[in-house]
Amino acid sequence: MIRLENVTKRYGETLAVDSLTLDIPAGEVCVLIGPSGCGKTTTLRMMNRLIEPTSGHIFVDEADVETLRPEQLRRGLGYAIQSVGLFPHLTVGENIVTVPKLLKWDKERMAARVEELLTLVGLAPSEYEGKYPRQLSGGEAQRVGVARALAADPPVLLMDEPFGAVDPLTRQRLQAEFVRIQRDLRKTVVFVTHDVDEAIRLADRIALMRGGRLQQYATPEEILDHPANKFVHDFMGADRALKRLGRVKVSDVMRTDVPTVDSSTRAADLRSRASCAEERFLYLVDGSGRLAGWFDCADLADGGGPESAMTSVDWRESAVASDASLKEALSRMLEFGFRSIAVVDGEGRLLGDVALPTIEAALGAGDTHVAAADGQGGARP
Amino acid sequence: MKRRWTGPLLAAAAAGAFAYVVSRQDWWAAALAGLFPSLPQTVFPTATVGELVIQHLEVVGISSALTIAIGVPLGIWVTRASGKDFREIVAAGVDFGQTFPPIAVLALMMPLLGFGFAPAIVALSLYGLFPVVSNTVAGLDAVPASVLDAARGMGMGRWRMLRAVEIPLASRVMMGGVRTSVIVNIGTATVAAATGAGGLGSPIFSGINLQNGAFVLEGAVAAALLAVIADAVLAQVEEALAPARA
Repeated sequence: MIRLENVTKRYGETLAVDSLTLDIPAGEVCVLIGPSGCGKTTTLRMMNRLIEPTSGHIFVDEADVETLRPEQLRRGLGYAIQSVGLFPHLTVGENIVTVPKLLKWDKERMAARVEELLTLVGLAPSEYEGKYPRQLSGGEAQRVGVARALAADPPVLLMDEPFGAVDPLTRQRLQAEFVRIQRDLRKTVVFVTHDVDEAIRLADRIALMRGGRLQQYATPEEILDHPANKFVHDFMGADRALKRLGRVKVSDVMRTDVPTVDSSTRAADLRSRASCAEERFLYLVDGSGRLAGWFDCADLADGGGPESAMTSVDWRESAVASDASLKEALSRMLEFGFRSIAVVDGEGRLLGDVALPTIEAALGAGDTHVAAADGQGGARP
Repeated sequence: MKRRWTGPLLAAAAAGAFAYVVSRQDWWAAALAGLFPSLPQTVFPTATVGELVIQHLEVVGISSALTIAIGVPLGIWVTRASGKDFREIVAAGVDFGQTFPPIAVLALMMPLLGFGFAPAIVALSLYGLFPVVSNTVAGLDAVPASVLDAARGMGMGRWRMLRAVEIPLASRVMMGGVRTSVIVNIGTATVAAATGAGGLGSPIFSGINLQNGAFVLEGAVAAALLAVIADAVLAQVEEALAPARA
């Protein structure tokens, strides 16, 4: 879909990009990563001709970009940047249809598109369409930025640290949504970041650059397991095994048939129930399946309800979302000293849980780094 | 978006009241006669206050229109790639245009353009350029780079960016420059009477020559009121151009 052939960009004496050759297949997410000044942003900006290469050729969909009018080319390549760059004098809706307007879509089609895209990025259309950018939080603005990039349904998305300007929590949420959206849309995405975890989480392939040169271009697993050189090894970090966990989603490995009890159950019934005999810890859910807490069967007082023994930890802090990665789950477990952690959906409904052995298994036989965490985990509540 | 109507209504009411006061020649005559009881003549005889205000507005209107017609494109041009190199020269030029006394420009223009309207227009237009050009440049400079990058990256052409993004975002600051220019122009335009262009400077000059304080006051008060009213009206225009708010 996108092919770079010996692309070089020279600024005076400095080589920003040095004979870069890269082939990005359609429907894949290619993350360009490297230390600042490595040429990743320059590379991205050459793809839509915001920067002209000194030499070499760039092909998008088999067409040499040099032969296209820059404006024409750019309208076919979605563009999202770290600073978002929403037009402050236009509403969210008007911002989103920037490119459709350039392409002279009719009004009904644009209105429908705004609604569709706001829904896609998780913002209620009726609430957000008429807002102005200054009324948005950082995370909301980034979502609108992504919606705007997707507006004309371009086959290619160019994203320059699109989640760079938000707090870590919002960033993780945006990443999860990006994964979800990309699963449906299957765009060809070129994504610039300097965040290794983000790259590992989002990439189909990572292109690691340094000093304008490509160091390695491979899948995240390949890059983690077989770094091409010392720089790649060091850049990806010593905790490579831990980073691999960033590739595994909690929902892929969680146990779904978790033992739960309703908050109205009496302690006597609980003791006699098989669940309390088999499992020491039970999850407590309310009428609509929302996680209320958990308790140790041994702590149950005679005649008292499970609430008397319940561990009062807020699920919002001590449970993970189903689209979180195992890495997040593990760090949460270490933080709270749990050996397993509940998995909930957006409304806090219990979906399952993940236990430390599951994570160890996901690490594979080859690694021992994280097994050490076993000892720290300690007993659950 | 809610728009407040009190501001525009007040400005319109003030402008209406001003027009009415100006049209009441008898009020002016009575007031000035009361203030200067010893003077034989207390009201400028050649034209009524209303006529003088209209003349004045003609001079100000035409020269300010010229100032805007020259200043805004000039300001835009020096922020484009093609005019970037001229930015310093233009800045120095308009700065000089404002520091150079307009009465001297009038004197220098007279041999070229003769007596009357034309030299006044030229002098005033040049004199008012500075705030228009500098605010146009400042407004365009203040458009965030990220917004421009996004606009360009999404495939907007240069004209489109200027029209749909840069000018709307800069318009308030630009309008601020226009406002300053017009207000200063209203005061300075009294000088234009020296070349026979008429306006509220006429009674002032006449009053100086005849040592008649009433004439001077008549022109000065009317010009000052006009400036205050124009400022209020233009402030409303500026406000209307402000980017949308919560």
